[in-house]
Amino acid sequence: MTRILDLAGGSRRLVGFALLTTLVLSLFAVFAPVARADGEAIGTRLLYNEPESGERLPVAGVSFTVQDLSGATIAEGVTDAEGVVELPIPGSGRYGLTIDPETLPPGVFLADPERTSVVVDVLPGKTGRAIFQLVNENEAAVSGIARTITFRQVAQLTVEGLKFGVFLAMAAIGLSLIFGTTGLVNFAHGEMIGWGMLWAYFFNFYGFAGVFGFMKDWPPPFGSGVNLIFAAILATGMGLLFGWAFDKYVFAPMRAKGVSLISAMIVTIGLSILIRYVFLFVFGGVPRFFKDYTAQSGIQIGVIDITPKDLVTAGISVAILIFVGLFLGRTRIGKAMRAVADDRDLAESSGIDVAKVIRFVWVAGSGLAALGGVFIGLSEQVSWNIGFRILLLIFAAVVLGGLGTAYGALIGALVVGIGIQVSTLWIPPELKNLGALILLIVALMIRPQGIMGRAERVG
Amino acid sequence: MHFVFGVFDWLFILQQSLNEAFDVNAIVFALAAIGLNVHFGYAGLLNFGQVGFVAMGAYGMGLAITLWSLNPFLAILVGVLFAVVFALLLGLPTLRLRADYLAIVTIAAAEIIRLVARSTAMRGITRGAEGLNEFIGPFRDLSPFNPSHDYGFGPFVWRGNQFFAIVVGWILILIFLLLVWQLMRSPWGRVVKAIREDEDAARALGKSAYWYKMQALILGGVIGGFAGMVLAIGNATVQPDFFVAPLTFFFWLVLILGGVGRVWSPVVGSVIFWSLITFVQNLGRQLVDNGYVPTSIMDTSQVDQIRFWIVGIALALLMVYRPQGIFGSREEMALDAH
Repeated sequence: MTRILDLAGGSRRLVGFALLTTLVLSLFAVFAPVARADGEAIGTRLLYNEPESGERLPVAGVSFTVQDLSGATIAEGVTDAEGVVELPIPGSGRYGLTIDPETLPPGVFLADPERTSVVVDVLPGKTGRAIFQLVNENEAAVSGIARTITFRQVAQLTVEGLKFGVFLAMAAIGLSLIFGTTGLVNFAHGEMIGWGMLWAYFFNFYGFAGVFGFMKDWPPPFGSGVNLIFAAILATGMGLLFGWAFDKYVFAPMRAKGVSLISAMIVTIGLSILIRYVFLFVFGGVPRFFKDYTAQSGIQIGVIDITPKDLVTAGISVAILIFVGLFLGRTRIGKAMRAVADDRDLAESSGIDVAKVIRFVWVAGSGLAALGGVFIGLSEQVSWNIGFRILLLIFAAVVLGGLGTAYGALIGALVVGIGIQVSTLWIPPELKNLGALILLIVALMIRPQGIMGRAERVG
Repeated sequence: MHFVFGVFDWLFILQQSLNEAFDVNAIVFALAAIGLNVHFGYAGLLNFGQVGFVAMGAYGMGLAITLWSLNPFLAILVGVLFAVVFALLLGLPTLRLRADYLAIVTIAAAEIIRLVARSTAMRGITRGAEGLNEFIGPFRDLSPFNPSHDYGFGPFVWRGNQFFAIVVGWILILIFLLLVWQLMRSPWGRVVKAIREDEDAARALGKSAYWYKMQALILGGVIGGFAGMVLAIGNATVQPDFFVAPLTFFFWLVLILGGVGRVWSPVVGSVIFWSLITFVQNLGRQLVDNGYVPTSIMDTSQVDQIRFWIVGIALALLMVYRPQGIFGSREEMALDAH
């Protein structure tokens, strides 16, 4: 644990999207000629509310120009790391300070997009101050700044939703199958996603040396980080192992002991809290990127802009989901899984080794979730609490599709994925997961057995 | 006064632990767990979103003052109303379904409340992530205690305003304990427990299981709402990010620790929980501060995470090895309730 922490501490990875932008932009500001005037000057300070923390942060690297009464530009400059720009002017009088909205970092907008220039009267020997009010993306969405819905946007968001939906489906199928075969709602399923994601990060940066310290000076696959592709495979392996251990050492003994399903459910909650906060302890609270394939520019397919990594991971996910579907439909163990989910006693009496099937479902479900976690980490960021955030979306997907059905989980996940992305056309992005949770409650009111579930008494 | 033995200021740790055991947090947890006891202990409802009721009570009361400038007593009524509405919203779709559906919906609904309350869209009403801060005045005016005086004895010393919240909180706990005790002895309580044991049998006797469960959900939710109000008055603020989902399972642990389905258990559980957590945390902090644990392993901010580990492990172990808690009896356990 110490080792992970030390290595992670030494990593030069940048922290968080917002911070990254600010840092890059502040570099600009360092090299840009920032003039501090002795005599008269005109200036402003740019601040905005960081959407996650609500803190007021300076906005650096934004270009300003000063105009005199004739409209000619007499000075120009860029805000520094403090968000401050001060430009010298030849003397007192009336000037215009103009912001270049194009230079605002992504996610920061002018509260009034029309108001790019402010007229300031500067007194002799003083610095005239102008105020430019900025809003973040959530505030912008609320006030409806610059929102016209285009076909391109809808198509783009649908594709992004599909992509997220297939990642979600990988995790949801496991949850649904575990419920189907054991009757247990696994509240620790989200942590299986986090488990895969964090192991991939870990192998990506440190290779095996993180586990076996003596390998530190060995050649790359052991001593230092491996390419994310191998890291993903290793992480999936860790995921399979996790599912196996979870069933062998926690749930199989509990089934043997006759612990009730509701007790078992509370046990999964306890374990999920424990595991999640161990993640926080080991990984830290700041989200990070993988080493490879993070900064990719999108490629244009029709009207859609998609990065190669998203295309590849979504493709792999679809292939895996098709494979899972065929597996459940065609193979002996797949059929046995469905038989146990259908009627456990009947399955057992027709000679199916139920314990073996359940073990298999745990292993496969956990492996799928781990790989889904790697993909989600690649398309967003690696974070310690992804498990809980995703868990509620998985629940929404699984309940929507019909608890206990694998195909239902797939359909539910796609609906939830597309739903939350497309809903950002109308609601602020910070509330996008809300739609899925409300959908979950509404779905239970209208069709509690889910889209694919059979109409039977579930109460 | 310090009693330093080795590197530890034991007296300080002990004082803190005893103080926390009866402070606002312990009261809030006890009230929330009393509500949970009504839900799970008596009615067999798997409420995994009790923190949502707590949030509803706190926001309801706070908003009644910041938004509508009602008087404090009406504000409390609004807090109760918020909790009732939340219970109806949760109960209507789920109480006819299997127990685990209620669990999923409640945990989701509690998270919805937190996300909405902290959202930028609601900033005009809930003040977003900042939370509500300007509602405490009317309540402080009701306090008979001098805000600049200390009240209490030994380790149990609090400033006037804090003391006011604590006195009100413990009176509320007494009231609700009495209420739950009486209710569960009444015919109503017997029906609720019968539904927990065997819903079909209760239905066969002509009792509307749905309606009884709904009443239990509302009652427990309102008690949870009062937990939120005590929290708001004690801390003089309502912060959305206080109401995170794991908090519900702290309440669960408190309930299970004391023994599910016993009138007193939530209070006992809460007092034990808070003295224990404070003890471990202060010990951990002193270990780190004095260099006994190198900061490369753990720093002071990470010591505060220990409580989540303890809660997680304790919840899992208790459920497997001692589901009736410290004082509970196995007969009152109905973990397979539908």
